[in-house]
Amino acid sequence: MLRDITLGQYYPADSILHKLDPRVKLFGTLIYIISLFLFDNIWGILWITLALVCVVRLSKVPFSFMIRGLRSIIILLIVAGVFNLFLTPGQEIASFGIFKITMEGLRNASLMTVRMVYLIIGTSIMTLTTTPNQLTDGLEKSLHGLTKLNVPVHEIAMMMSIALRFIPILIEETDKIMKAQMARGADFESGNIFQKARNMVPLLVPLFVSAFRRAYDLAQAMEARCYNGGEGRTKMKPLKYVSRDRNAYILIFVAFVVTIVLKVVL
Amino acid sequence: MSFIEAKNLVHEYFRRDENDNVVDILTAVDNVDMNVEAGQFISILGHNGSGKSTLAKHLNVLLTPSSGTLFVDGKDASDEKNTLDIRQTAGMVFQNPDNQIIASVVEEDVAFGPENIGVPTDEIWQRVEKSLKAVGMWDYREHSPNKLSGGQKQRVAIAGVMAMEPKCIVLDEPTAMLDPDGRKEVLDAVHELNKKKGVTIILITHYMEEVVGSDYVFVMDRGHVVMQGTPREIFSDVETLKEHRLDVPQITELAYELKKSGVDLPDGILTRQELLEALRYLDEN
Repeated sequence: MLRDITLGQYYPADSILHKLDPRVKLFGTLIYIISLFLFDNIWGILWITLALVCVVRLSKVPFSFMIRGLRSIIILLIVAGVFNLFLTPGQEIASFGIFKITMEGLRNASLMTVRMVYLIIGTSIMTLTTTPNQLTDGLEKSLHGLTKLNVPVHEIAMMMSIALRFIPILIEETDKIMKAQMARGADFESGNIFQKARNMVPLLVPLFVSAFRRAYDLAQAMEARCYNGGEGRTKMKPLKYVSRDRNAYILIFVAFVVTIVLKVVL
Repeated sequence: MSFIEAKNLVHEYFRRDENDNVVDILTAVDNVDMNVEAGQFISILGHNGSGKSTLAKHLNVLLTPSSGTLFVDGKDASDEKNTLDIRQTAGMVFQNPDNQIIASVVEEDVAFGPENIGVPTDEIWQRVEKSLKAVGMWDYREHSPNKLSGGQKQRVAIAGVMAMEPKCIVLDEPTAMLDPDGRKEVLDAVHELNKKKGVTIILITHYMEEVVGSDYVFVMDRGHVVMQGTPREIFSDVETLKEHRLDVPQITELAYELKKSGVDLPDGILTRQELLEALRYLDEN
């Protein structure tokens, strides 16, 4: 049952977005998020919607995959929307007892909702078109400058990629331990939330022990293959910019300028 | 000088209490002398806790000698400067196939070793191709290791070591977690590397059958090397092997029992073919 979980959410397709260098996509997403919080008028919304629609079409990923991420934040959206709607002071347009809807509240609520929804869709496009490995590689390379500030960039990237490799193994192991404990009469289903949490102990303890053992084995195997940190390491698949990546940078830059112009002029 | 030369090698494990005081010393490897020539296929046999894995980890400098000396390809293993060199000379394959594969794509895992030692990108691709082909896993280069069988994963691990172009591969019970098919796959691959590429192989195992094809065998018990010789010499001495809690291959055992009950057979029969011929010879005379 646990085996059905899909890892990451990469959607394989043959689109220009899939082929882009992960660093470009990371940079683009960053600019997109900044733009989202820059605009505060209808023209800004329209402009970003236009850009978003273009990127969605380019990615060749079905739109339904992108709005999947929305399901997990729907409660947050409603709560934040309601608070903004009723609790913003300003010009009153309707009232229900002690609750008042104001013009400013309406504006804040809708702006915030649009921002959150666009944020989820935009970041989903990045994770849907980039494999977890590319993403790690891209992060390592883009953040390389932080090494000077003693941030262990290579080590963090290595940990991320090892975690990605071991998630399916640990899931399988969880499944095995669960079945073994159920065969001995453990009960993972009944009871209230606290009882359920307590029933997880016989699952988690062996899982942790085994994870530590695996980590020790893996560390030895890495050392045996001359792993010695990031220094002096070469890459089998180094990231290299090609002309389409340069063009994409230019496009992102132009789009960002338009956003700023729209913000200043209108 | 031999390729691997161990003299009076001792390794002690210390058990400490919370205050870091030593409460117990376990001598896992006790005064071992061992010489291995380049190009040989060596097996180290032993029961659980015989010290064979501890010894193997010295050859890759995952452990260093508590006393005594160890030279690998002329380099002193006790000298920290040589660590990376020796690890490159003597690669190591471990028991659990899942816990030694680092990347989530087969070819990237094979590239991990060459990446660590700074091989240029073009050459990494060549080495990956060569080593994956050598173990017959080239067709799986883009697969995820999670979807491979145990034997296949172990062959990928061997390719990962091969890609560093070592002179020697140490395999620490590489078949202990595999089914019979997987065991055969892995052993065939290892024998082929030894014959075709001249790689020195040191196979640590407790399966008697795996020892038959090797050039020289060391038998370990309680940290000591208790027997050494060719497989035929070792298996001729069934009594001593049993003293060290080891069994002999089924065919050897059968020949031994036959001989004990009066059939006139030579010592140290290792394969079914040999037994058949010996019996036929008896029949004709």
